Amino acid sequence: MGFLEMIDTYWLYFLVGQYPDGPLGGLALTLLLATLGLLLALPLGLVLGLARICPWRWLRWPVTGFVFVVRGTPLLMVVFWAYFFLPSVTGHKTGQFSTMLIALVIFDAAYLAEIVRAGLQALPRGQMEAARALGLSYLGALRSVLLPQGLRHMLPSLVNQFAATIKETSLGYIIGLAEISFIATQVNTLVFTLPTQIYLLLGATYFVLCFGLTRLAYRLERRLAQRLHTP
Amino acid sequence: MLSFDVSLLLAGPYHEMLLAGLRLSLTLLAITLPLALALGTLVALLGLAPLAWLRGLALVFVESQRNVPLLAHLLFWYFGAPELLPEAAKEWLYGQSFEAIAAVIALSLYAGAYMAEDLRSGIRAVPRGQLEAARALGLGFLAAMRRVVLPQALRHSLPPLISQTLNLWKDTSIATVIGVGELMYQAAKVESASFRSVEAFSFATLAYLTVSLLITGLAAWVQRAYPPRAA
Repeated sequence: MGFLEMIDTYWLYFLVGQYPDGPLGGLALTLLLATLGLLLALPLGLVLGLARICPWRWLRWPVTGFVFVVRGTPLLMVVFWAYFFLPSVTGHKTGQFSTMLIALVIFDAAYLAEIVRAGLQALPRGQMEAARALGLSYLGALRSVLLPQGLRHMLPSLVNQFAATIKETSLGYIIGLAEISFIATQVNTLVFTLPTQIYLLLGATYFVLCFGLTRLAYRLERRLAQRLHTP
Repeated sequence: MLSFDVSLLLAGPYHEMLLAGLRLSLTLLAITLPLALALGTLVALLGLAPLAWLRGLALVFVESQRNVPLLAHLLFWYFGAPELLPEAAKEWLYGQSFEAIAAVIALSLYAGAYMAEDLRSGIRAVPRGQLEAARALGLGFLAAMRRVVLPQALRHSLPPLISQTLNLWKDTSIATVIGVGELMYQAAKVESASFRSVEAFSFATLAYLTVSLLITGLAAWVQRAYPPRAA
C-alpha cells in the first residue's frame, strides 16, 4: 500500500476514529479532550492561584503543597492514579475519556495556578492597596481591580497552555484512549509497511496545531507589550 | 479495601523490580542530560549565527521538537525511523534493547530543543558590547563566546536550565510507551502482578517527587549562589 492510498483509506479514521458507527476518536477526540480539559481546569486553576497568594495561611499552605506535589510528579503518574483509583472512589468503572479528562484537569489546574499567581503578582502592589483604601474588601478588590488586569497579562500564557494540553492528551495512548496517537498506531498495525510515513504524519498534525497556537501566543504577547509601552 | 503493605516495598521481588526501575530512570536522566545540554548549546549558537540559513536550521529544529508531543517523538524513533535503515542494520538494532536507545535519542533531542531556547535568551541577555569588546581585543568569535559571553550567559540561563532538567526527569516516565523498563513501567508491572496498586504507585510517586524536590532545591541554591551579574 502506498502513502496516498493509505491516506485515501484512513483519512476519516484519523480525523474522527470509528464515529459515527462507534465512539468518537482521532484528531477530533484529541481536540475535544484538550478543549474540555483546559476549560474545566481554568476555574480550578484560578481558585488555586488565588489561594496560593491569599492572606490566610490555613488555605495558602495546603494549596501550595498540592501545587508542588502535582508539579513534581509526571502527568503519567497522575493518569495512573486516576485510572486505578477513580473506580474505587466512584463505585463504578470510569471510561478512558473521563479518566484522562480528570487527570488533565488536575494537572493543568496546578500549572494554571502558577500562571494566575504570576499574572497577579506582576501587578504593582499599589493596585491592591489603592483598591482597599477606597473601601473595597479583599475579594472585591480582587474581582473588580486585580483580576481584570491580571487576566489580560495571562492571555498569551493561556494560549501556550492550550498547545501544551494538546501535547499532553497524547498520553491517553497509554491507557488505550483512541486519540490521534493511538489511532496512528492502529493504522500502522493495519498497514504495516509505512511506519515512517505514518508517524511523520502524526508529528506533522500535532505540529500544525501547536505551532499555530504558539505563534498566536507570541503575537498576543507582542501586542500586549506594545500597548504597555505606548502611553 | 486491603491495608497498605509496606513490607512489599522494603524487600522481595517487587522491591527489586521497583528499585531497578528507579535506577534505569536515573540512568536515563544521567545519559540524556549531558547530551541535551551539548545539543542545546550547539543549537543556541546556530540560532545566533550570522548566516541566515544556519539560524533557519536551528529554528526548524527547535520548533519541530517543541510543537510535537514527546510520545509522538518516541513512537517515531522506535517504530518509524528504523525503517529507513537497511534490513541488516535494523535486525542488529532490535537485538540491542533498541527501546532504550530510541528513548535516549528522543529525550535528548526534545530536552535539547528546550534548553537551546533557554541558552539563547541567556546569551542575548549579555550586552552586545561584551562580544564586541572581546573581538576588539583580538579574540576569535568562538573564543570570545567561550571565554567572555557564555560564562555570563550561563548565570542567566541556569535557573531555566534546571527547570528543564526537572521536566526531563518527569519526561523519562513517557519512555514506558515503547517498553523501556523504567520506574513507571515497573510500577505498572508490579501493580498488575500483585494487585497492590496503592503500594506500587506510592513508591513511584514518592521516588519521582523526591528527585524533583532535590532538583528544585538545587535551583533555589543556584539562584542564590550565582545571581546574574549586571554587566
